[in-house]
Amino acid sequence: MIKLKTPISEQEIRKLKVGDTVLLSGTVVTGRDEAHKLMVEQKPDFIREALKEAVIYHCGPVVKKLDNGKWIFVSAGPTTSSREEPFQADVVCEYNIRGVIGKGGMGDKTAEGLKRCGAVYFHAVGGAGTLIANSVKEVKTVYKLEEFGTPEAFWVIEVEDFPVVVTMDANGGSLHKEIKEKSEKIANELMGI
Amino acid sequence: MELKESILELIRKAATDLSPDVEKALNDAYNKEGEGTPAKNVMGTILENVHMAREQSTPMCQDTGSLVFYIDFPVGESEAKYREAALWAAKEGTAKQYLRPNAVDPLTAKNSGNNVGVNAPYFHFHQWDKDEVRIRLMLKGGGSENVGAQYKLPHPPIKAGRDLKGVRKLVIDAVVKAQGQGCSPGIIGVGIGGGRDISYALSKEQFFRKIGERHPMKELADLEVQLLEDLNKLEIGPMGFGGKSTILDVFIDSQSRHPASYIVSVSYTCWAFRRKTMTIKNGEVSYD
Repeated sequence: MIKLKTPISEQEIRKLKVGDTVLLSGTVVTGRDEAHKLMVEQKPDFIREALKEAVIYHCGPVVKKLDNGKWIFVSAGPTTSSREEPFQADVVCEYNIRGVIGKGGMGDKTAEGLKRCGAVYFHAVGGAGTLIANSVKEVKTVYKLEEFGTPEAFWVIEVEDFPVVVTMDANGGSLHKEIKEKSEKIANELMGI
Repeated sequence: MELKESILELIRKAATDLSPDVEKALNDAYNKEGEGTPAKNVMGTILENVHMAREQSTPMCQDTGSLVFYIDFPVGESEAKYREAALWAAKEGTAKQYLRPNAVDPLTAKNSGNNVGVNAPYFHFHQWDKDEVRIRLMLKGGGSENVGAQYKLPHPPIKAGRDLKGVRKLVIDAVVKAQGQGCSPGIIGVGIGGGRDISYALSKEQFFRKIGERHPMKELADLEVQLLEDLNKLEIGPMGFGGKSTILDVFIDSQSRHPASYIVSVSYTCWAFRRKTMTIKNGEVSYD
């Protein structure tokens, strides 16, 4: 088990390889479809500082606002990452991001971006909403809440020991590609084609 | 308890308290995976999460899905009574964080903020001759909904013809295309026959069956068993990390088809397989 804390250097991230189990701590920013579209089309600066050498998380949380005005995360597992495939490589390089957390993995364009700019894809356990929310220690701020709604907003959070697995590394390795090729071969055998 | 409050409790249970049949299947999957593998690790995390969600009464998955109600009610009663109570419960359940706001207007991209919108929640009403009310609720996750697939047979790319052998091939095809994206280990519902809309509806309604419950017709029961074996040979594994557990169960049903059409629908649900049933009989409410 590897422990990592943001800010993460390029050197540290390039040491990780497919299959490594990581406990991640530090700053994480949630971003889904609307956020990625915005970051590619308008390159806003308000999120630059939070993302620098930190991690973006494909997640639309269930949140609760306390009486003192503070937010807490109630349930916060990953959403399917492939929807961000058209945007991810550009976002990683533009904002100097070191890690992308999501589920289901991403494609060749992202793999190339991770390699070029020094970042990895961390796979979280899909559906483990309560467990992951328990690793969120603080909600620092939120951007675009009114405009995008709860699931799509940028939530800037502080996490401690968030459990993830490296499934795409900064050297071009991808577990998803391996499993896909292997399972397609077995499927063809089962179907007799 | 008032009707609307009983439905709110149904929503809370569905979102936070995984049914025993599913939890058992997840435990079995955990035991099958090899020590120290990412697959075993994932299954351990899933089980820990299931326990935590139940204890804390918080949603096991932050995607609390689309709400789909199947309501059977006695002759002489009105749909409106149930619809109003369920809409109240959906709003209240969102305010209490049992549900994430998940109803988005496709035209404006605006989230209603309370899970109520056009056909949200969606209702299947059915009047029946029994003197009791049955309200079944499914919280259908979006990620797994995206990997569902519909085919018309014959389907030449995989040489699938108009028979159960063809159906077997396309279920394998749909699952291999889904990889880990639907949050495996998943559960598969298959609807054979009907038009496109009712074919999908049939495939989805299968999700109210219990894990291990085989179809009464031998041909379909045999195909369910065969497919469960086939799909777990794919080694896609939990979350698509590789491993022995790709699918927890397969439920198939069939209905009449038009002579020209042979439509087959494959619905996928994630391991966070959230469906609960509430029965009201002689004023007593029970949940399953």
